[in-house]
Amino acid sequence: MLETVFFYAFAALTLAGAILTVTMRSAVHCAIALISSLAGVAGLYLLQHAEFLFAVQIVLYIGGVMVLFLFVIMLVNLDAAARERQFHRHWLAALACLAGTGALVALFLTRGAESFKLGAPAAEAAPGAGNIETLSMLLFREYLVPFELASLLLLVAIVGGVMMAKKRI
Amino acid sequence: MPVNFMPTPQELFRFAPEMLLTLVATIIMVLEPLSGADGKRKFAVISFLSLAAAIALSVAAAGDPGAAFSSMIVVDGFSTFFRILVMVAGVLTILISTNYLRMEEHESGEYYALVLFSIVGQCIMVSANELIMLFIGLECSSIASYVLAGFLRDDKRNNESALKYFLLGSFATAFLLYGVAWIYGTTGYTNLSEIRRVLLDPNSNQNMVVISAATALMFVGFAFKVSAAPFQMWAPDVYQGAPAPVTAFMSVGPKAAAFAMFLRVLMTAFEPVKDRWEPLLWTSALATMVIGNFAALRQTNIKRLLAYSSIAHAGYIMVALTAHSDIGTAAAMFYLASYTFMNIGAFAVVTYIARKGERHVEIQDLAGLSQRRPVVAAMLTIFLLSLTGIPLTAGFFGKFYIFKAALDANMVWLAVLGMLNSAVAAYYYLRLIVVMYMQAPSDEMEELPAPSVGIQAAMFAAAAATVFLGVFPSVVLDYAGKSASFIR
Amino acid sequence: MPQLPIALPSQVPLSWYLILSVILFVTGAAGFLLRRNIITVFMCIELMLNAVNLTFIAFSHKLKQVDGNVFSFFVMVVAAAEAAVGLAIILTVFKNRSTLEVDEVSSMKL
Repeated sequence: MLETVFFYAFAALTLAGAILTVTMRSAVHCAIALISSLAGVAGLYLLQHAEFLFAVQIVLYIGGVMVLFLFVIMLVNLDAAARERQFHRHWLAALACLAGTGALVALFLTRGAESFKLGAPAAEAAPGAGNIETLSMLLFREYLVPFELASLLLLVAIVGGVMMAKKRI
Repeated sequence: MPVNFMPTPQELFRFAPEMLLTLVATIIMVLEPLSGADGKRKFAVISFLSLAAAIALSVAAAGDPGAAFSSMIVVDGFSTFFRILVMVAGVLTILISTNYLRMEEHESGEYYALVLFSIVGQCIMVSANELIMLFIGLECSSIASYVLAGFLRDDKRNNESALKYFLLGSFATAFLLYGVAWIYGTTGYTNLSEIRRVLLDPNSNQNMVVISAATALMFVGFAFKVSAAPFQMWAPDVYQGAPAPVTAFMSVGPKAAAFAMFLRVLMTAFEPVKDRWEPLLWTSALATMVIGNFAALRQTNIKRLLAYSSIAHAGYIMVALTAHSDIGTAAAMFYLASYTFMNIGAFAVVTYIARKGERHVEIQDLAGLSQRRPVVAAMLTIFLLSLTGIPLTAGFFGKFYIFKAALDANMVWLAVLGMLNSAVAAYYYLRLIVVMYMQAPSDEMEELPAPSVGIQAAMFAAAAATVFLGVFPSVVLDYAGKSASFIR
Repeated sequence: MPQLPIALPSQVPLSWYLILSVILFVTGAAGFLLRRNIITVFMCIELMLNAVNLTFIAFSHKLKQVDGNVFSFFVMVVAAAEAAVGLAIILTVFKNRSTLEVDEVSSMKL
């Protein structure tokens, strides 16, 4: 019961944030709406016992990526951007998106969780599934190579960011 | 879960080419601030040598095929083929880059480091057997390419190219990931072989609507990356705006790797549901060929023309994918190999013609090239004939095997329409040749300096490979045929 | 007449999370297509990536696996890397053109 209430609260936060991100005029408002949406998603992670991801979402996404966004918005000329026309006339594409979503949502609503079959659950249900301990065991054993490669990816991103934004190299 | 997670030497050896390239790229960045303005040439040499060493390591690693790192990557004939292909593309790119960068006064170690990082990403893409690895490799390659596309930061065309490539690339990645998420949910796995096993299992009783939706989402992502219709619209702008050597690289390296990953996902994981892919691939292949070829007819800018031609070639390769057989896979592999050489060769000539600031990239700038630089004109003719698909060049056998694979798979109409398309393509390629040989150079044209050693080497190597593949296709084709069965 | 899950169940079913993620993803995609300000367009991509992560976590929770969590962790890392490069590219564009309109950044003919 309590879980459901929280679900509704976080889902409302997420959706309201998302819709405001897409519709607000000023980029700063969009960023703030996006932050609230991300916070809502973080809450949903917590509801599903993904505590580590909850922390990463707050620290990395809201604390890192979004602050970066705000910095960039600060560096560019906002007033001019806000006066410009905000939307394309791709209404057809938007309508197609809406129709597709409607169909999918209808499918789920009418058939509920039965609308598709899930894959087999893990042979041994991880003890206290979703906790940081299991995650780290998995991350540093089976997924060690992707983890190392993610560091390579960040290195590329650093080089790229410096390349693009620095005045003189 | 493996008890011991220390990688064995064998596993490390299978991953050695990537490790070597990463190491060298990092060393280049460490050395970069220590070297003076005129000492940048050594980075080209270092990356050239390291790529040569990495090719040797890939060949050596192919002697001991198998999976590594809990089946994250797999070294088989297929991955070795594409690893070597992207590295060769890298070598040729570096050859045509050095002089260009010096001319634009942007020669720096970061360029070579980013090329190497991008190649590492592509190597991971082609050898990944797990959607996570595939995704990380893809991003590694893409992020490096975004930066390379905008490498000359003060050039507006470069900015625009990088921005479009980045925005549409990340958009495509989001679609790909959403498809992966749904596949993970319905099958419970991200490992390609495991997904295949689940889909083949008659007891698993999957809901086909959800699987189809997920594959469609993944298709959007893949189609963006290989610039297949209806998601090809980014390619002309990005290819036209990026620096010419980078365009050469982007149109072969990331594309070949994206096709390799597409092939592997399609043939390994989703082979059991191929009926659902086929109409999608069929339509996309046809649309890609038609859009690419007909739009290329109207172009006056050589880079943009080659961009549309590269879309059309993606369409031919999509035909091979639609055939969905070992022959089709082998044909796609052969085609990608020949396409790599002929396209990089053509772009090497474009890089040479364009000169400083890329001011000479209109078709009229080719006028009288046969008198001004007969050797260069002859080389470009070879590449263009090969792109058209004239016999005795690689392009002919590439198209031949692709249409043969389509006919074997009973897709007569697709093969016929594809052949008609290549007839259309002949028009715009031959038009370039006509301009080179039949039109006199106008008087105000500046003197063309002799091509640099790097561009000469790249041109001759690419031309030699194009002709070699056109005369002895069996060398590569046999290997491709043998390795095509590995990804089943 | 199928029964609509409007009543409050004791446990949130998986499909609710999935519906939420679909709506989030489509909102992001629609925003990408509709908005003209480059920074907002990029924010819409972040929305889409969050929908992806939500799907991964929901499935992971339901399957009692942690693999989905690992995957969404990687998605976040990549999103951070993309944001760094992307915003740097946007800054360069702004420096050279002083506009953030998508359509304005189009000097090449179509």
